[in-house]
Amino acid sequence: MLRLEGLGKRYPGGQTAALSDIDLEVGPGDIVALIGPSGAGKSTLIRCINRLVEPTSGRVLLGDQELTGLGARQLRQARRRIGMVFQEFALVDRLSVMENLLSGRLGYVGFWRSTLRRFPQSDIDMAFQLLERVGLAGYADRRADALSGGQRQRVGIARALMQAPDLLLVDEPTASLDPRTARQIMRLIDELCRERGLPAIINLHDVPLARQFCPRVVGLAAGRVVYDGPSRDLDAAVLTRIYGGEDWEKMAGAESPASPGARPS
Amino acid sequence: MNRTAAVVGVPWRRPPLITNPWLRRGLFIGVPLYLFVAFGTLEINWARVAAGMPRALEFLGALASPDFVSRGDQIIDGVLESLTMTVVATFLGFLLSVPIALGAARNLAPAPVYLFCRAIIAISRSFQEIIIAILLVAMLGFGPLAGVATLAFASIGFIAKLAAEEIEAMDPRPLEAIRATGGSWLQRVHWAVQPQVLPRVAGITLYRLDINFRESAIIGIVGAGGIGATLNTAFDRYEFDTAAAILLVIIVIVLAAEYASGWLRGRLR
Repeated sequence: MLRLEGLGKRYPGGQTAALSDIDLEVGPGDIVALIGPSGAGKSTLIRCINRLVEPTSGRVLLGDQELTGLGARQLRQARRRIGMVFQEFALVDRLSVMENLLSGRLGYVGFWRSTLRRFPQSDIDMAFQLLERVGLAGYADRRADALSGGQRQRVGIARALMQAPDLLLVDEPTASLDPRTARQIMRLIDELCRERGLPAIINLHDVPLARQFCPRVVGLAAGRVVYDGPSRDLDAAVLTRIYGGEDWEKMAGAESPASPGARPS
Repeated sequence: MNRTAAVVGVPWRRPPLITNPWLRRGLFIGVPLYLFVAFGTLEINWARVAAGMPRALEFLGALASPDFVSRGDQIIDGVLESLTMTVVATFLGFLLSVPIALGAARNLAPAPVYLFCRAIIAISRSFQEIIIAILLVAMLGFGPLAGVATLAFASIGFIAKLAAEEIEAMDPRPLEAIRATGGSWLQRVHWAVQPQVLPRVAGITLYRLDINFRESAIIGIVGAGGIGATLNTAFDRYEFDTAAAILLVIIVIVLAAEYASGWLRGRLR
């Protein structure tokens, strides 16, 4: 589905490469957690996939389309296939929930049509269905800034799904949420992806969340993939490889990694 | 124990603001000296000040008895012309400012466009309204057309600059999100930028509206129409009571515009 080949990124003026030599394959329906210390390049990596950040080397292939090297117009069309969910929700605060959802269709609708809010009925139907699915039925005309954090992230997720994407990129979806809301949001993402067979790459800094919701984990350290495997194999040695030395056993004990499959499914 | 003893009795003074002692002392002596000499060159002519005093008193007296009636028609015409100039010029200035502000925002525009739009803003800002008015009166002739052109041009520097700054300071995340959906440049501007900056830009434009009214009173003096022309005529005829009436009218209108735009800005959230 998605293939990264030798992907690298060096920011102008940067001393070291932000990403080097990333090879990664994500199959249909794969839900991958991307973990790693701050500054390891997690955000850069997922932004290189839809070229919000321009990679400096390597290739990105989505299906059989190579995204690296597309012209501006083709890139915009390709971006429609990739939904994205953001850490601080990145909603447009002064627009309504409905408008935020419909903004997920901008790649499909012309400028004047979108400006006059004349979206096709099919888009509006999809928006109402998604609102209901994420538990926000009746919120369509609320302003986005009137919602709570968890509700805002639900809008963010629904906006990404409005694109009817082939791939979902999720950047720290729970970083600004409390632990319970964080789990609800992760569960929602997990369920929605499964319903659609939608592959997802989820940046997480919370290892227990990765264990709980993502069967596969990719560990990033200093811009390189240092682990790619099942999340149940995340043990002290692997965590040390990703994050550096720390008393991992104690934390692992508290989170009882012995039964990572305890998720109700 | 030993370690604490070592730091007892170490004196501390706040480090001087200017570290170089020669520069510091030089400035301490040089700046007052320059000020002293500068005041010496003013050549205040006390005799002339004394001669002007009665006229000043006469004018202040006129302020107490303003004459709205004898030139009433001209005052009304001047005020209406000024208001028309103000509204038209602010509207034109706003329309011209929108593309320039977008081009002058570093987070939206590529470097060449950015530099070009910033240059337009710099040119508009570098000239005071009177200078622009003198030029445009020479180009377009006496009257309100030159005034409108002056105020519209001056508004660009104000509205476009503040709007561009507002755009640069906005939250970049919604913009990134709209970019990620595959939205075009225009769609990004309309969906991510406009909702974030519109209330502030509307406030800036309203603020410029009342600045433009004040300026319209001034540029009339150099022949660009409006209430300023009426005021100038009144002074030329030594009709201080009429001039006083005009000044009072200007004050009232500026105050009204101030309150109105403040109220409107408060409602735009």
